[in-house]
Amino acid sequence: MEMPAAEATILNQREALITDLRSLLPADRIVIDQPSLRAYDRDALTAYRQLPLLVVLPDTVAEVSQILALCNRRNIKVVARGAGTSLSGGALPLEDGVLLSLGRFNKVLDIDYDNRCVTAQSGVTNLSISDAVADQNFYYAPDPSSQIACTIGGNVAENSGGVHCLKYGMTTNNILGLEMVLMDGTVIRLGGQHLDSEGYDLLGLLTGSEGLLGVITEVTVRILPRPEVARAVLLGFDNNEDAGQVVGNIIANGIIPAGLEMMDKFIIAASEDYCHAGYPLDVEALLIVELDGNPVEVDHLINQVVDIAKAGASTSVQVSNSEAERLRFWLGRKSAFPALGSLSPDYLCMDGTIPRSQLPDVLRRISALGVHHGLRVANVFHAGDGNLHPLIMYDSNIPGELEIAEAFGADILRLCVEVGGVLTGEHGIGVEKRDLMGVIFDQGDLNQQMRVKCAFDPEGRLNPGKVFPTLHRCAELGHMHVHNGELPFPELPRL
Amino acid sequence: MSEIFKPNTTEQLIDVIQWANAHESALAVQGSGSKIGIGRPVDAEGILDLSGFSGISQYEPNELVLTAGAGTPLADIETLLTEHRQMLAFEPPDYSGVFHDHLSEKQSSSSQKKGTLGGVLSGNISGPRRFYAGAARDHFLGFRAVSGRGDPFKSGGRVVKNVTGFDLSKLMAGSWGTLAACWEVTVKVLPMPEKTRTLLLFGLSDEDASRCIGSAAATPNSISGASYLPASLFTRSPQSSASSVFANNPQSSVIALRVEGPEPSVEHRINALRELLTTSKNYARPNHVEVLNSTDSRVFWNEIGNLHFLSSDFQASNTQQQACWRLSVPPAVGWQVAHNITEKVFKSNPKVSWFSDQAGGLIWLSCPVNSPAGAPTKNSEHSIRSAMEPWGGHATLWQVTGGDNAADHRRNTQVFQPQPKALAALTQRVKRSFDPNGVLNPGRMYTGL
Ligand SMILES: Cc1cc2nc3c(=O)[nH]c(=O)nc-3n(C[C@H](O)[C@H](O)[C@H](O)COP(=O)(O)OP(=O)(O)OC[C@H]3O[C@@H](n4cnc5c(N)ncnc54)[C@H](O)[C@@H]3O)c2cc1C
Repeated sequence: MEMPAAEATILNQREALITDLRSLLPADRIVIDQPSLRAYDRDALTAYRQLPLLVVLPDTVAEVSQILALCNRRNIKVVARGAGTSLSGGALPLEDGVLLSLGRFNKVLDIDYDNRCVTAQSGVTNLSISDAVADQNFYYAPDPSSQIACTIGGNVAENSGGVHCLKYGMTTNNILGLEMVLMDGTVIRLGGQHLDSEGYDLLGLLTGSEGLLGVITEVTVRILPRPEVARAVLLGFDNNEDAGQVVGNIIANGIIPAGLEMMDKFIIAASEDYCHAGYPLDVEALLIVELDGNPVEVDHLINQVVDIAKAGASTSVQVSNSEAERLRFWLGRKSAFPALGSLSPDYLCMDGTIPRSQLPDVLRRISALGVHHGLRVANVFHAGDGNLHPLIMYDSNIPGELEIAEAFGADILRLCVEVGGVLTGEHGIGVEKRDLMGVIFDQGDLNQQMRVKCAFDPEGRLNPGKVFPTLHRCAELGHMHVHNGELPFPELPRL
Repeated sequence: MSEIFKPNTTEQLIDVIQWANAHESALAVQGSGSKIGIGRPVDAEGILDLSGFSGISQYEPNELVLTAGAGTPLADIETLLTEHRQMLAFEPPDYSGVFHDHLSEKQSSSSQKKGTLGGVLSGNISGPRRFYAGAARDHFLGFRAVSGRGDPFKSGGRVVKNVTGFDLSKLMAGSWGTLAACWEVTVKVLPMPEKTRTLLLFGLSDEDASRCIGSAAATPNSISGASYLPASLFTRSPQSSASSVFANNPQSSVIALRVEGPEPSVEHRINALRELLTTSKNYARPNHVEVLNSTDSRVFWNEIGNLHFLSSDFQASNTQQQACWRLSVPPAVGWQVAHNITEKVFKSNPKVSWFSDQAGGLIWLSCPVNSPAGAPTKNSEHSIRSAMEPWGGHATLWQVTGGDNAADHRRNTQVFQPQPKALAALTQRVKRSFDPNGVLNPGRMYTGL
């Protein structure tokens, strides 16, 4: 993956920029020495590393605004960083870019139970929001597996999901307001504690904008009362088709489980070895179906799911009868990533979404692709919403294997698009899938997105090299062909 | 008389918009025209009628998605979904029973009166289930459109979980046709609940009702409707036709809480709520409690969503101008906002009434368009907005009826909440990024946009 060439005019300004920054921030919040910069040289897409020009650690909105305005004046690129857990390289630093860490934006500002919302600085971790309201039996619903580490600002930037977003929605469905700073230093607040921020839904636009539109400094999220109970059903199948069919039948019966996860044989074996969750080993596929709510509802729905599973050729059915047992069902699923880590030096986690009905076919074709590329692949996925996470195993010490893994990944994503799906369900485009944007969008689609980017950041200084294969200049994008003004369709119906 | 363009193909749609750019002509964009009365009036040379893009092109019940022409009547979509026991969970309302000033004979008698799918999405218009299941925007997965520049583009897709590129569906929802003309849209659909029950609690004060709704919403009973009709409303409001219980408790305030789902769960939750809410020491006991069944619940929640309880203020025969405001506020303070406006701004004028929805977070207000004598400005918009200020939120002038110059009143009012300067400038830049010459619905949302 090529990043835009570093601009000499920026590299040459480094000393002058440091001097300017020292008038804004104490020296210990400007990181410039190589060893310390190394801590920031990548996110969770570990195949890519780059030392940033320097790192700044602001702790007030005013500082963020001044830093951005300064960089804007000097035409210096900026990359915002939360916890650096992005799996798509969204927070990958640029050689000629300032890395702006939100690490010090770590305070929960307001907990409002009457209005059922929490306002937090953007660097607060996802889990600590739920923790802050746990004693009153509330929680913040989106729960990415990285929730101990990832920040709410990063969640907004990536529109992160989690295993429960089938029922409770992604980040975008669970936030009420935010504060952001534009590249020119302008501070803008959107929404608040009320529903549906008025005017254009910039809150919705910012969610999933991968740090390209503004630096988020504060977020207001909705919190929900915790369901009284959750129970899970663990279902085994002889083949992926049967599992896929049961997923479809559950939904078709009007049941929206809190979580509906699927694992293939490879993952089952790997995680069983790793953490001994007690999964059956004689199955090709496992489903975890979690129901939550009040005990009466959960029991009722569990029975329905069990009936659907039995009618649908499920070979083993286990229902959790205690919280410990429910957690055991999840243990293997939650250990899938470290389990693979113990089997393969490196892996790439893909993230395409497909229409649910395509599951069996897509799985078959993914294994065929694995044979073709000569690499192993394992599948865990959010089956309820068709969000796949094929894990491609490779060894970065073998020259050329990363490239093969990437080519394999690209083939999987092309396949997702071919069957009516998309490139990414929750991890974002970042640098990882940037060059595949043309598979799903034509130039006209991309141009309109880039024009929106221009409305926020006309010089393209915020997180360049991410999301768009080539970021066109705004003047060029704004150019319009003026037609002669005749209606070439004289037969156009007029009333 | 403005010219009406009714394209049936994307090529024609592109041509019309490019023509408008070349001629510096503005186009008023509409689906069926059911929501013309919302927003500022558009001064345009042409009307761009999108009803030619009609028809459901793809519906897979098991995938919970539906793709249709933006001009497809909502009524058609709901009919098809109902056959499969599915629904648009954001519960698009039908205002045609309340505001009929602008509806032509043809519209008010046809399936068009509820509007089109594209129309309800472009206004991000949702019903009582919004706070539980999300707004129209939350169910809007993708679209194809022609921008104000005359360029075709698409965004999103046909799957629920998708972060591929900027989420332009969110921008389109609530842009009231000022950015692009959508011709095809994809929405998420959900299974219809098996059973519905509505718990009605009569006789609480406005403040107690707010506390009661707050404590209900803090329980894990998944309330999917929470509305409050104050006693003052019933001095003029028509009764609910859901149940005779309303007639038996005239002039009494009522809290309505809806619970949906599988039967055993619904019974369990309704009982839990009833027990909790009728024995709480945080507020007075309700003087009557009643539970509506599924059928009656459907009637009642339609009445809430469709603003039935304000309808007597907007009769076609009224010659006095009357305004309907939609106030989105933090839920716990909704009732205070309403009191501030009814008492402080309108000095308890009997022509002012309100009710709340969305667990208190949405106040629907009916009031005269002008401030009472002695107020600093004639137009009541400023007083309404400043009365809300302490709590934040936004006020939209949803509709003005009565008299011939209702549209003039909307033209002279900031129909949508005025934005702080920096946000207004950003909004303007976003608009220009789609529609640099301002050919689509100029002025519909803000003057000069
Ligand atoms: C083990 C593991 C499991 C994961 N599981 C899930 C999962 O289940 N679901 C899921 O959706 N994701 C998952 N992720 C991906 C990742 O955790 C999420 O994308 C997360 O939201 C990133 O948050 P962050 O704070 O680490 O952001 P970073 O990685 O620091 O940044 C991510 C992107 O957001 C931008 N950004 C960050 N903060 C801001 C800000 N304040 N303002 C503007 N832009 C900003 C960055 O520029 C970058 O483009 C997982 C990652 C790992 C490593």
